[in-house]
Amino acid sequence: MNKLNFLQPDKNNLSTYLYTGVFLVALSIFIVFLNSFFNKDLISFLPGTISFFLPLILGFIGLHLIRIDYSGLKFLDKVNKNINTNNFNAFLSLLIVFVIIKSLPPLLSWFILDANIAGDSKDVCTGSGACWTYIKIWFNRFMYGMYPNAEQWRINLSFIALAFLGTIGFFATEKFKKYLTLYYVVIYPVIAFFFIFFFISGGPIFFDFSYGIIAAVISIIIGFFIPSKFKMYYFIIVPITLYILLKYVFFYEELIELGKLEALEWVETGAWGGLSLTFIVSFFCLIFCFPIGLFLSLGRRSDFPIIKYFSIGMIEFWRGVPLITVLFMSSVMFPMFLPEDMFIDKLVRVIIAISLFEAAYVAEVIRGGLQALPRGQYDAAKSLGMGYWKMHILVILPQALKLVIPGIANTFLALVKDTPLIFVVGLLEIVGMLNLAKTNPEWLGFAMEGYVFASVLFFIICYAMSKYSYNLEQKYKTER
Amino acid sequence: MENRGITFGYGFLSQESSFDVQFSLIEYDGSHSYFRAYLVGLLNTILVSVIGIIFATIIGVVVGIARLSNNYLIERTAAVYVEFFRNIPLLLQIFFWYFAALRALPLPQDTEPMFGVFFLTIKGFFVPAFVWNNLDIFIYSIIAAIISIIFIRIYARKKQENKGIQTPVLSISIGLLIILPLLSFLFGGVDATVEVPVIKQLSQSGFTYEGGIKLPPELISLALALSLYTATFIAECVRAGVQGVSKGQKEAAASIGLTPNQVLKLVVMPQALRIIIPPTTNQYLNLTKNSSLAAAIAYPDLVLVFAGTALMQTGRAIEIVSITMLTYLSLSISISIFMNWYNKKIAIKEK
Repeated sequence: MNKLNFLQPDKNNLSTYLYTGVFLVALSIFIVFLNSFFNKDLISFLPGTISFFLPLILGFIGLHLIRIDYSGLKFLDKVNKNINTNNFNAFLSLLIVFVIIKSLPPLLSWFILDANIAGDSKDVCTGSGACWTYIKIWFNRFMYGMYPNAEQWRINLSFIALAFLGTIGFFATEKFKKYLTLYYVVIYPVIAFFFIFFFISGGPIFFDFSYGIIAAVISIIIGFFIPSKFKMYYFIIVPITLYILLKYVFFYEELIELGKLEALEWVETGAWGGLSLTFIVSFFCLIFCFPIGLFLSLGRRSDFPIIKYFSIGMIEFWRGVPLITVLFMSSVMFPMFLPEDMFIDKLVRVIIAISLFEAAYVAEVIRGGLQALPRGQYDAAKSLGMGYWKMHILVILPQALKLVIPGIANTFLALVKDTPLIFVVGLLEIVGMLNLAKTNPEWLGFAMEGYVFASVLFFIICYAMSKYSYNLEQKYKTER
Repeated sequence: MENRGITFGYGFLSQESSFDVQFSLIEYDGSHSYFRAYLVGLLNTILVSVIGIIFATIIGVVVGIARLSNNYLIERTAAVYVEFFRNIPLLLQIFFWYFAALRALPLPQDTEPMFGVFFLTIKGFFVPAFVWNNLDIFIYSIIAAIISIIFIRIYARKKQENKGIQTPVLSISIGLLIILPLLSFLFGGVDATVEVPVIKQLSQSGFTYEGGIKLPPELISLALALSLYTATFIAECVRAGVQGVSKGQKEAAASIGLTPNQVLKLVVMPQALRIIIPPTTNQYLNLTKNSSLAAAIAYPDLVLVFAGTALMQTGRAIEIVSITMLTYLSLSISISIFMNWYNKKIAIKEK
């Protein structure tokens, strides 16, 4: 038996140190556990301060005793390495464990044990915990806003259909893989747009906008078959002509008739809301901000001074102002510059504003990727006789975009998190609906439940997005 | 514009504003001009941004270092904090603190004082204020301390370059910062008394505190949400920066006999800062711009006072929105110019 030195535990008296240490740590945790879960104070006979700090001191001594290097016990070595490397670390570990044990009972009781979910009025919420009845009753409103209850199947059906169409990429066979980009970039957004335009709205609100979209899509699809020599002129002239043709010659009456499908009631955008509006706004802003940002970033590196300074001005302006003032501008200032008889729906204005705003951030992210590419890539592409667009589409952008997946994902996440700001123009997505429900005289005092509910929803959405972007990054990672 | 009967001009700025603002750093009431209202809003924006930047930096650096800890529990706790707070919209967090958390605080008459002098109530945070005698002498003493610290730093650097002897600059600086103001108390006739907030009855059930400084709940919840949210991003910047310093640098520094503290101070930090500063600048800019969300909880910042109330009263949308946007633009451009300058100063000087 070697001499015991409690200041420097060593391997020789392993079992003595181990048993004493483990006993002390377990004792300290047990004291805190009893105190927090059963409200029993084992050490109340001691004076206040000491009884408060005693578990910490006991655990600290215990952890000191079991801190033995190369003890030969696998588990002990692991514990020592991970939470018990020195006194400071041991202290912090204990503190964290105690705080977790201390905060579990109140959290559990608020979330589950003392919470109410049964019933359908405020009266059932008598306990000290959360009142999930409130969420249950208002669930419809939080999801669909002021959308009429009888019509909500339209939103559900559209979202399910779009989700299904969105997953088509996973089932595509090799033969169709090469059309996937075309599908996701052009066709899918158009389908989504028509779903929302005809189905969710069912009314004559988006007309001017829809002509523009149709014109752009038709011109892009035809554009694939035009020789690249004429492309520049083509993309300027054709969409505008198509737009005018569509609006004034072909479809005008027919589209209005189509918009007023007898079977579907028109729901104006002011009544949309809740989580579904969050999705709609995020979806369209994501679709629009990416190409705009791409062109801005290319423009910033362009050799034409006009394009270059225009892009720099756009990027720096949108990046320099807060989104809330942009939305202010879109709601207060923008209508003043329009002709008297022209009216643009506020949802469209909001989508344009957010898209332009986030496009500036996307542009800066993509510029980072473009700058990271070595000059040799450009030279090599040029030496193969590629033109500007061919070089960028086939050589530069695939590499640059791969590099900036995390940055783009961060921008998209920021976009989703920025959607609640549309309360400025009076559109109430989920956070706005929460604030509305909170002020309902029948349901006063349940702000906490609502915010916790929305936080959890947003956390799930954003966390899933960030994990997905991480997977994407790993998938496209190549050694460079 | 003409056919809507809108005129354009900035003359309205000198008109009497005739609205009141809840919280302002400078003297203001309805009889002052719109320009003064603009200044009130601007100062409030700057105030909340500065508070947010300070706290976000402190929390962010601590959490960022905690994420690098080899202690599993600490690392996980920091990671959970980062993932949780940065995946929830800032607006939601502001609402949470303002409408849910701070509303659960007690009324002024039921408040237990913290340390006897701080009162955290539903109407705001009441803290004691200092009432100064000869404040100018005190400020001069602090300025003198700072100037002498700068000179000592220059001297110490020269001495190290010439003779290779290090001077304990940090302890000397702290000493100076304590001793000089202390001297001003002893000999300069500087005198400070603490004014503790005292409860006062307004009506049958209305109480408030008088004296001291009142921090309104809007300011507290805004600063809290802004700093907790931005800190997560700063933490990630710090982590990336420290991880960006290659292991060889640390080993090389250790092999020439530097102590762990010296390795951190002289080798790791200067290199890590180079990676940390540019993204952190962006976060500061974001925080400043995000402070405009104050409008949602009625904290009288630039957007609420000027682009909100003043716009409603005057109806001069174009002028007011353009002034507001220009202000934010110049704020962000000035921060980014300063940070670019600093960045250039600490960048690697290649020969």
